[in-house]
Amino acid sequence: MENSFWDAFVEALRLIRTLDPEVMEITWRSLQLAASSSTIAFFLIALPLGTLIHFNRFPGKRLVISTIQTLFAMPAVAVGLITYTLLSRSGPFGDLEWYLTPAAIVFGQTLLITPVMLGLVISALNAIDKAIPETATALGASRFQTYIICIREAKFGILTALVMGFGRAVSEVGVSMMVGGNIREFTRTLTTAIALETSKGERELALALGIILILLAFVINFALLSLQYRKLPWHYWK
Amino acid sequence: MALLEVIDLQQQFKDSYSLKSVNLNIEKGDVFALIGPTGAGKTTILRLIDLLDQPVSGRILFDGIDVTKSKSERLKARRRMAYVQQRPTVFSMNVYDNVSVGLKWRHVKRQSIKETVEQALHLVGLADHRKRDAKTLSGGETQRVAIARALVTKPELLLLDEPTANLDPISTEQTEEILENIIEARQTTMIMSTHDRSQGQRLANRMGVLIDGDILQVGTPAEIFRSPIRKRVADFVGVGNMLDGVIEARVDESLVTIQVNGNVLQAISDFDEGEKVWVLVRTEDVTFSLHKTSTSARNTFEGPIKRMTPVGTLVRIEIDCGFPLVGVVTAKTVAEMGLETGSHLFASFKATAVHVIHRRN
Repeated sequence: MENSFWDAFVEALRLIRTLDPEVMEITWRSLQLAASSSTIAFFLIALPLGTLIHFNRFPGKRLVISTIQTLFAMPAVAVGLITYTLLSRSGPFGDLEWYLTPAAIVFGQTLLITPVMLGLVISALNAIDKAIPETATALGASRFQTYIICIREAKFGILTALVMGFGRAVSEVGVSMMVGGNIREFTRTLTTAIALETSKGERELALALGIILILLAFVINFALLSLQYRKLPWHYWK
Repeated sequence: MALLEVIDLQQQFKDSYSLKSVNLNIEKGDVFALIGPTGAGKTTILRLIDLLDQPVSGRILFDGIDVTKSKSERLKARRRMAYVQQRPTVFSMNVYDNVSVGLKWRHVKRQSIKETVEQALHLVGLADHRKRDAKTLSGGETQRVAIARALVTKPELLLLDEPTANLDPISTEQTEEILENIIEARQTTMIMSTHDRSQGQRLANRMGVLIDGDILQVGTPAEIFRSPIRKRVADFVGVGNMLDGVIEARVDESLVTIQVNGNVLQAISDFDEGEKVWVLVRTEDVTFSLHKTSTSARNTFEGPIKRMTPVGTLVRIEIDCGFPLVGVVTAKTVAEMGLETGSHLFASFKATAVHVIHRRN
């Protein structure tokens, strides 16, 4: 057993070192899907909506924010179930025919990571000096210009939201499995492939993909850590 | 037409009025100092004028346009003014970008931004710091960045809230010098608030005394300091001697005699016999001598020195001549005259140096 684990590990490293086409293809797809969903969730939803929520007073604001925070802990499987209900053939969005396509995964991941991103954007804006928006207004900034300068001031916290969301999307398995279907060369991602190959006993491939996923997690956490210290990740390379 | 007209402005925080009913007229080219103790409402007025807050009632006319209500006019008007806060905040960017940001927001062309910003940085003495992260500047430097970024927008009205309140004496001097240069070179209309009475006097051509949300007196610095119309103004500007008196008799058209604690002094006043008054004499108008001399001063009193307090290079001397009378002399004079507590002194001041206000004020 010990020997066969070692053999599997050596084989996994060989797969990565030789840039095995299947390993590369799955990795690339995972990155693409997570990048798509985090881009959509961040730029189209979390950043603009978070900014509006932060800067405007409206009844029920506290409730909205605490709901968003509660949704942080939403299990991926639950989001997968919701996405399935929405996108399956008989669901309200069934006619889009997204079920079992990459679009379904992006849709589901977007649902999954939007609350985290939204919450982090709001708290990042909350953390900036209260005098910043007022100073901008006094200097003649329009409302939109004031938002932009505040986002700029909160850039570290806001980038944290983006990285955190990407990290969650790339490592989730519930959504991809339930609405993507783990179809080879179509919707198979790092996480769903690991689950499948492990259950099939194909430990070399599973391990290779697992190592890549762990490396990705390291990179993401490194980025988060450097953001916490108010440095952009590439600062360390200077 | 006045550049700025403030009419019956009221502001309320929770249940108490922070501004009761403020009226102000600021002409083009005025340098107006709003003086008053901390908490009088100076910041409140400036924030209302810069349209950062909404007043409870009253109107603000900027260049003849009512900017209190109309939302569309607010941004337009705000872009014609600049406001330097008491504790300015800088953005997390370098000094140059901090100063240029207001121009970018006004969509000014890049080349003209560069010229204007460089000029302003030179004016405030920060040209060598243009690339520095503004967050790393000292308090005085931050203040100068705030002044520079306000100036580059060429405001028609510059609002300064306690421009030197948080600065050390050297930075205060530098900042005042910069402000003097601006006043001289640009003829910018300014309203500055300060609790430093002499700063207002040094920089402004007009002053308003704001106490407890009320502007009690508006006038030239000389008028405010020499002829306060109310006791509270006199208390704030600090005249040195404020005595309880009653008009005793009229000597001629302008001259009266006033009873103060059994002593009689002469003053210029048009109050009638028997009226209760406050008698104000500025410390610098009191002269001391060791012997009775013949002077043109109509009021001469004598008594022992009760207290001597050094104030910088001067010494404040209080004698007891039936009422406490305070004056100032240089430390050198103290040494030359051999003054010490208990020394007998003659103190005199002119009738014209006495300012009389009614006690109901």
